Amino acid sequence: MDTVQVDPIAEGLECVYARPADTLTETRLHYCPGCGHGVVHRVLMEIVEELGIQDQTIGVAPVGCSVFAYHYMNIDMQEAAHGRASAVATAVKRLHPDRYVFSYQGDGDLAAIGTAETIHTANRGENILMVFINNAIYGMTGGQMAPTTLLGMKTSTSPGGRTIETSGYPLKISEMIALLPGVAYVTRQSVHTPNAVRHLKKALLHAFRYQKEKKGTCLVEVVSNCPSGWKMTPGEANEWLEKNMFPLYPPGDIKVPHS
Amino acid sequence: MARGSVTLSIETCKGCSLCVEACPQESLALSPEINTQGYHYAVLVKDNCTGCINCALVCPDAVITVYRENKKKGKVPVATISNVARDISVTIDDERK
Amino acid sequence: MTVSTAELMKGNEALAEAAIRAGCQAYFGYPITPQSEILEYLADEGRRRGMIVLQAESEVASINMVYGGAGAGARVMTSSSSPGISLMQEGISYIAAAQLPCLIVNVSRGGPGLGTIQPSQGDYFQATKGGGHGDYRLIVLAPSSVQEMADFVYDAFDLADKYRNPVMILADGALGQMMEKVAFRDYNPKEHTPAKPWATTGKPRSRERNIITSLFIEPEKMEQINIRLQEKYAVIREKEVRSECFMTDDAEYGIVAYGLAARVAQGAVEIARSHGIRAGLLRPITLYPYPSDAVRALAERVRGILVVEMNAGQMVEDVRLAVEGRVPVTFAGRMGGIIPSPDEVFAALENLTTQDVALHAETY
Repeated sequence: MDTVQVDPIAEGLECVYARPADTLTETRLHYCPGCGHGVVHRVLMEIVEELGIQDQTIGVAPVGCSVFAYHYMNIDMQEAAHGRASAVATAVKRLHPDRYVFSYQGDGDLAAIGTAETIHTANRGENILMVFINNAIYGMTGGQMAPTTLLGMKTSTSPGGRTIETSGYPLKISEMIALLPGVAYVTRQSVHTPNAVRHLKKALLHAFRYQKEKKGTCLVEVVSNCPSGWKMTPGEANEWLEKNMFPLYPPGDIKVPHS
Repeated sequence: MARGSVTLSIETCKGCSLCVEACPQESLALSPEINTQGYHYAVLVKDNCTGCINCALVCPDAVITVYRENKKKGKVPVATISNVARDISVTIDDERK
Repeated sequence: MTVSTAELMKGNEALAEAAIRAGCQAYFGYPITPQSEILEYLADEGRRRGMIVLQAESEVASINMVYGGAGAGARVMTSSSSPGISLMQEGISYIAAAQLPCLIVNVSRGGPGLGTIQPSQGDYFQATKGGGHGDYRLIVLAPSSVQEMADFVYDAFDLADKYRNPVMILADGALGQMMEKVAFRDYNPKEHTPAKPWATTGKPRSRERNIITSLFIEPEKMEQINIRLQEKYAVIREKEVRSECFMTDDAEYGIVAYGLAARVAQGAVEIARSHGIRAGLLRPITLYPYPSDAVRALAERVRGILVVEMNAGQMVEDVRLAVEGRVPVTFAGRMGGIIPSPDEVFAALENLTTQDVALHAETY
């Protein structure tokens, strides 16, 4: 196989896409190959860079695979205890109301141990953005069942497949949160195709704008893959999520603020 | 079709091949060589890239920089610019703009 | 220091008023008897005078809001009572590891379990030995009057900022509920707010990003963090010990007691003196750093020490560690939220004196 050697600048080609120059650090991401976290990190930091708000944005990282988010996002960040990111973000926003504040959480963090914080932060209509990565599994601890694990889905703690009798139903937390009056914007996105990534960026831009306009809590859920936990290749995982997760977690806007 | 190209950071790539699968032109493939992390990194294997940015969008490790021929001749190409936002209709009424 | 004119106030409300005057910018808490007045007072007076006062969904959320607020560079506090403080332990451990300044008030009540709402000192170990996971310590101040409930708020915030460490005021239900005269210190918060360049306020071009975290995955790094914490605690032990003596100069028997128990013990000292027994009281004010030297010095002057607590015997261990067998150390206490009477304490003191005569021959 011969690889094509090319020097784009020399050939007069214009750079049309480059990774964020400043808001994404040089640190190599620790995520497994093909993991959606890396895409969401990049898109978030593209927005912070393009809106020129690096000095106005504060992030809160959870416990979970993205516990090291602050190694990659070149903004002021706080590391929260498992499940408490939205409580931490609440205080940061209350004390710095003119800043953009987002919490970044996985499904275990936001919808299991942190359910009370998630619901009450949203119910208070805190003006923060909750970025919620739903890959239906606990990745960091090695692939255990999460609240959003699908029925019949095998994980290390539902080896025979999740059953209702043992573990109840997959939790549709975003739909629940959308019911709360304090919540302005709830949307479910994904990063498994180029177009999905474009839509995610648009959704996040909306969320940042709604936060600036003090419309209330915004929740952007990203249905994402977990190649290691699901024991699939990245490509297979992206196909699997479209076929298996979308029926229960359909992408699209769940709640949009009346302008 | 516009002419385009990509550069890839060999050491950052984890060989997840999502870019290979996202490329409509099948310009990319995983190299038989491995980087220092032991991953088969992605490389350009065909010179038919159109600079559509698909690969860079799905890349979890921000490995890819994309270039495209600028149809409007005579315009001075700007070295590095990230314009993915440009084709987003959302306008930010931010005084910083 | 000049003070405002004295007024009659409940302990909880005096503490809350002091927090406003001390420039506390945010309070995050949850109702629990016997300290809900702190939240209620701040929800009214505090908010009116510019404080952010948020009643959270739980003590767990409250302490993590304190973490977030402190990490964002603000002067913040929470308050609760025993069961609620237990819920906060994980958050407090994170706050200690991330070295965040804040005030945590425990108006403790009888336990264990749901227990009762009467005053108790059963949280001594939890407060002074690091109630959560890992090697860390809180600076712990133990008021024994409504005046100290107010005064220790200023001291706590100053110590918290000075050492970037959580500080606890360990009071109890009686101190919180009873009314006494209190005057408020002349204290200008602007003169007590150090710069916090480490806080997350939004990363300008001029500096690297600030990260507030307690996660240090490499053990070598985690050890460095621990070493730094221990060095800080050593300085705190050296510089911040506070205790008070009552009639110990000529004492032949000493009583060691803090908080409410110290007031009872003071009564017992007076009874003893009236019976010709030269007793004296040593009252620890900082429970961490513990006044071990003061206790040792007392042990070198008296023939025996009685420790009085409203629990099954917790601080007595620290007294024994300090005394190291120089003299007998006996214990008298009541549990479950019962306050011992001065007579009961005096009776225990008398036992000590008779036991001491018998014991005098063989070393303890």
